[in-house]
Amino acid sequence: MTIARSEVEDFLYAEAALLDEWRLDDWLGLLTPDCVYRVPPNDKPDGAAANTLYIISDDMERIKARIVRLKSRNAHAEYPHSRTRRLITNVRIVASDEVSATVAANFVIYRFRREEKIREYVGTYHFKLARVGKDLKLAERIVKLDAMELASLGSVSFIL
Amino acid sequence: MSTSPYVIDEPERLTFRVNRRTLVDEQVLAEERRRIFDTCWIYVGHDSELRAPGDFRTRTVCGRPLIFSKGSNGEVRVFLNSCRHRAATVCRESEGNAKRHVCFYHGWVYDADGNLAIVPGKESYPPNFDQSKFGLQQVPRAEQYRDFWFVNFDPNAMPLTDYLAGAKEYIDLVVDQSPSGKMELIQGTQEYDIAANWKLLVENSFDDYHLLSTHATWLKYLKDSGVEMQAPAAGHLLPAHGIGKELGNGHAVIDNINFRGRPVARWIPLYGEAAKPEIAAIRAELVARLGEDRAARVADTNRNLVVFPNLVINDGSAVTIRTFHPIAADKMRVTAWALGPQEESASARARRLDSFLTFYGPGGFATPDDVEALECVQSGLRTWQEIQWSELSRGIDKTGEQLNTDELHLRAFWRQWDKHMMGGLDSLPKAAE
Repeated sequence: MTIARSEVEDFLYAEAALLDEWRLDDWLGLLTPDCVYRVPPNDKPDGAAANTLYIISDDMERIKARIVRLKSRNAHAEYPHSRTRRLITNVRIVASDEVSATVAANFVIYRFRREEKIREYVGTYHFKLARVGKDLKLAERIVKLDAMELASLGSVSFIL
Repeated sequence: MSTSPYVIDEPERLTFRVNRRTLVDEQVLAEERRRIFDTCWIYVGHDSELRAPGDFRTRTVCGRPLIFSKGSNGEVRVFLNSCRHRAATVCRESEGNAKRHVCFYHGWVYDADGNLAIVPGKESYPPNFDQSKFGLQQVPRAEQYRDFWFVNFDPNAMPLTDYLAGAKEYIDLVVDQSPSGKMELIQGTQEYDIAANWKLLVENSFDDYHLLSTHATWLKYLKDSGVEMQAPAAGHLLPAHGIGKELGNGHAVIDNINFRGRPVARWIPLYGEAAKPEIAAIRAELVARLGEDRAARVADTNRNLVVFPNLVINDGSAVTIRTFHPIAADKMRVTAWALGPQEESASARARRLDSFLTFYGPGGFATPDDVEALECVQSGLRTWQEIQWSELSRGIDKTGEQLNTDELHLRAFWRQWDKHMMGGLDSLPKAAE
C-alpha cells in the first residue's frame, strides 16, 4: 500500500511536537542515516546548495553536531531555549509508493524569547520520507522560508 | 587630553574608553549619518554581480534606494532609484536585466544608461523643460578597487584608492586566491537584522577576544571533527598567533596564523579525505604563481578586515563580504555574501560554501551567538546613564605588535569615528577640483 496522507500527517505532527518540546535526541531518531537538512537563502529558494550560499545545508554529521551544539548551555542564541510552536497545514503528497513519499506542507513557526517580539517563520516543508520497517523516517528535509529576506527574523538558530 | 565627549583616548594614562551614549542615542546616529555615512566611501556591490549590459541590482545604501547597474556599453553606474518627475522608485525588482526602467506612476521611461527616453504627453511641458536634463541621477561618486564598488555622497571626497590606504593590501590578499585575479559573488544573500547599534558589529567582526567564550560550541565542533588545536602559547588566548593592525583612515585588520582550515588551501578533516588532492593542487598553483611566502599568506592565514565604516571582508572559513547599515540607534540591517574565485571547480565551490556555513551566517554555528551577544550588549546599554563608559584598553601598554585578542584595531576604528564626529577631518586630502 502506498504511503497515505493520514500517516504522513501523523508523522509531521509527531515531529513538530518533538522539536517544540526540544526533545532533540528523539528527533534525531526520526532521521535516516543519510538525511540532509537544508534551508535555502530567501532570495534564491530554488538554488542548489553546491553553488548557492544557503542559510543551512547539513548532512547527517552536521545535523548531529548541530544537536550537540543546541543542547549546550554555550549555544548562546538558544540558551535559554526559545519557545517555539509550529502549526502545520496544507499537507500534500507530491509522490508516494510503498517505501517512500515526497511531501509538502505549509508551516508557521512562532518563536518566543524573553522580552522580544514574537517572530513568525512562515514557509513550506519539502520532505522525503522513507519506510523503514514499520516506521516512516525523514530522508530529506528542505525548509523554504517565504520572507523576502530574514530581516527581523534574525537568526535561524533553532531547527526550523 | 582629548576633549571629545564620546571617546577618552589618553595613551599616556593607558586609558581608552568609549561613552556608551554613542551606542544608544538617536541624535548621535543622526550625526553619524551626516558626518560618516555621507562622507566616507561605502560599499555598494561587486563587479561580478553585473555581467551583461542592462544587468542591475537594487539596494539600499546609506538610507538611499540605489540601482547598481551596467550600461549599454558596459559602464558601471550607480543611480539614485528615484524618478526625476515625482520621486517614486523607478526600479522595484531586486535584480535583473533591463533595457529600460519604467516608472509606473506616470510612465516616465529611462534607458539602461539612465537617459530619460520617453515622457508621456510631453507636449504639455513648457518650452524650457529639457528632457536631456532629467536622466536618472547618479550618486555623486562611484569607484571600484579590484571589483569592489563603493559610492560616496560627498562630491569632494578623496579618491577611493587613497581612502582605502593599507586596506588595499588585504583586499589584494583575498583576490590573490584567484589565478586570474577575478573573484565572483556567489548567489544567495543572507540579509538579517540585529537589534544592536551598528558599531557593535564593527567591533565584533574583528574582535578575537570573544572567540573562546562566545564561540565555545563552534570550537568544540572543530575539535570534535578532528582539527588539531595547540595549547595557546604564552601570553596568548587562542591556539595560533595573530595580530591586530591599523591600516590607516580607520581601517584595521586581524591577521592570524590559521588553525581552523581554509578552502584555499589548508585542509582540515571536515573537508574529507577525497578533497586532499584538489586542495594540494590549489596550493601548488598558488605557490607557482605567487611564490612560497605569499602563497603561505594567502593560504595559511585568515584575516578579518574592517573597511571604515561598515564593510567587513572576512577571509576565514570562506570569504564573506558583510555590510551593515543602521536602521535606528539600536537596530541594523546586515547583508552578507560569499565570494569565490571565478574559475573555481564545482567541487571546490561546494566545499567553500560548506565551510562558510560551519561558522558564518544566520544558521551557522557561530554567527547566531554573535548576534545574541550584540543584542545582550544593547540590552545592557540601557544602563548607559549609570554606567557611562565601555573599556577598550587591551594591549594599550604594549610596544610593537599587538595581538588579535588585544584591542588596537578596535581603537583604530573608534579614533577615526571620533575624528569624524568631532569634525577634525577637514585636513584630509580631497580629490582634485
